[in-house]
Amino acid sequence: MQRFILIRVVQSVFTLLVLSAVVFFGAEQTGDLALVLSTADTTQAELEELRVKLGLDKPAYQRYLNYLGNLFQGDLGNSGVKRRPVIDMLLERLPATLQLAGAGLLVAMVLGIPLGIIAAIKRDTIVDKFAKVFAIVGMSAPQFWIAIMLIMLFAAYWKILPAFGKGGIDHYILPAFTISLFIMAGFMRLTRSSMLEVLDSEFVKFARVKGLNERLVIYKHALKNALIPILTFGGVSFAGLLNGSIVIEVVFAWPGLGRLMLDSIRERDTQVIMATILTSGLLYIVLATIVDILYAYVDPRIRFG
Amino acid sequence: MATASPETTITVGRASRMSSVWRQTMALKLPWIPIVVLMVLVICAIFAPLLAPYDPKEIDVLKGVQRTGPVYVSETYSSENLLGVDMLGRDMLSRLIYGARISAFISLVSLGFGAAVGTAVGIMSGYFGGKTDAFIMRVCDAVMGFPTILLALIIVAILGAGILNVIIAIMATVWARFARQIRGEVLTLKERDFVVMAVVAGVPSHTIMLRHIFPNVVNTVLIVVSLLVGQTILLEASLSFLGVGVPPGEPAWGIMVSEGRNNLINVWWLSLLPGLAITIVVIAMNLFGDWLRDTLDPKLRRT
Repeated sequence: MQRFILIRVVQSVFTLLVLSAVVFFGAEQTGDLALVLSTADTTQAELEELRVKLGLDKPAYQRYLNYLGNLFQGDLGNSGVKRRPVIDMLLERLPATLQLAGAGLLVAMVLGIPLGIIAAIKRDTIVDKFAKVFAIVGMSAPQFWIAIMLIMLFAAYWKILPAFGKGGIDHYILPAFTISLFIMAGFMRLTRSSMLEVLDSEFVKFARVKGLNERLVIYKHALKNALIPILTFGGVSFAGLLNGSIVIEVVFAWPGLGRLMLDSIRERDTQVIMATILTSGLLYIVLATIVDILYAYVDPRIRFG
Repeated sequence: MATASPETTITVGRASRMSSVWRQTMALKLPWIPIVVLMVLVICAIFAPLLAPYDPKEIDVLKGVQRTGPVYVSETYSSENLLGVDMLGRDMLSRLIYGARISAFISLVSLGFGAAVGTAVGIMSGYFGGKTDAFIMRVCDAVMGFPTILLALIIVAILGAGILNVIIAIMATVWARFARQIRGEVLTLKERDFVVMAVVAGVPSHTIMLRHIFPNVVNTVLIVVSLLVGQTILLEASLSFLGVGVPPGEPAWGIMVSEGRNNLINVWWLSLLPGLAITIVVIAMNLFGDWLRDTLDPKLRRT
């Protein structure tokens, strides 16, 4: 087990280093930082001075190592456009993204799991078929489009929910629902197949033969055992939600990390692009690693496989 | 068995050969609705200039301006523009047809190159094995584990927007899926007699990979392609919607949804129609891919 954790952590660190290198050297291609920071009346001499100050006269690998060094001290440089420390901007935006992803996960579980249970109990009925269609649409329709259609109905026509921005609980409903759709479909399908498997097992049959009330059989005996794979999926999908939120944040003008990333790409604000991509990557990789380790802890086959 | 065979040989005569072909086709349980949808997409993509009643980029400001006030469906409907016009007076039907062309072009080209790269890498990785194989598979894991939209955004951030860069971004996200799947197949294929014999006979490695292994993984390549088309179309649409994909002004479905969102109350169908087109095509493609996988290779089901 310790060996598995060690290997997995080393792998993650390696992936992060590769990501940081790709982003750093990729960002080098996008333009001269000194030119971005300069104004129209900056002279050539001042420009050179600025380059020396920013360390742009040093070789690339040295600048990369410097960047990594600063990174570990929490210094991500300054935004070329907003002219303030990138780390402040990140810390300002991160909570909104985490809250949205959390709300999305909650909605997906609260709606997806019961739907899956019902679909399994009422197998091959109209309810099951409806759930299936819902899952197919949820996985195939583009989220940005669903978001816009929901805004149109609930905000523009019926005027019962706010269309964008972050505020009270009502601001969460539309974005959280939209972001949850894709994994809600996943939760539903997984719950359905997991329930069907458990409902077919010996101990559930025995509980039925024993004459237990059907409700008790389903909720106490079947559901408890069906929940294990479902909860693991929850861990994986939270990581996915964090990054799926890029599109949703843009549509709903949600002040999170994804929108910051996209704005910085549009404004060619190199330092912010690098920081937001690295943060998203870090969040994703750390979460995925934790889920992997937890999974290996629960299921020994993974460890030795 | 013995009692049943005379009966069957009597009924299968020359005349019934056609009907037996028909029956075999039917036995495949072809997913007819998805096939029809995809055929419409392909026909629109190929014959867009013939099918579209107008130039998709032709701006007719007079028509457009009239729509900026509060208008309703009945007012914008005319025999000239079956699906109405957008804010700049461009014909919606024509833009939708050309949108099919952009979606189909980008997803096919990027998947084609992605499949080529991934298959080559997968075959070599599986055939040679060893440390290179281990390293390549780690890279594949990293690429596949990463959210596709984030990966694509990294590439677009470095290279900039534009059709070519979108294709490169999509390629970068899909090649690993081919490589991983094909490599697994090659591991079992290279133990098979015909490959072992070829090695013993002294056939050079590249010939073995090209002549003996490649033909055996073509099925898998096709299945993976069909399972990824839907995702690819969604990814392209998302990038275009975010304004970092296909250049603005082009009739890409993602861009059309984005352009329509400023006038949701008055002209809601500007966003509705292109999004609906994406959804229908992706659903059809996913259903078709599932069918192809189940028919050609049911054991892939778990992956």
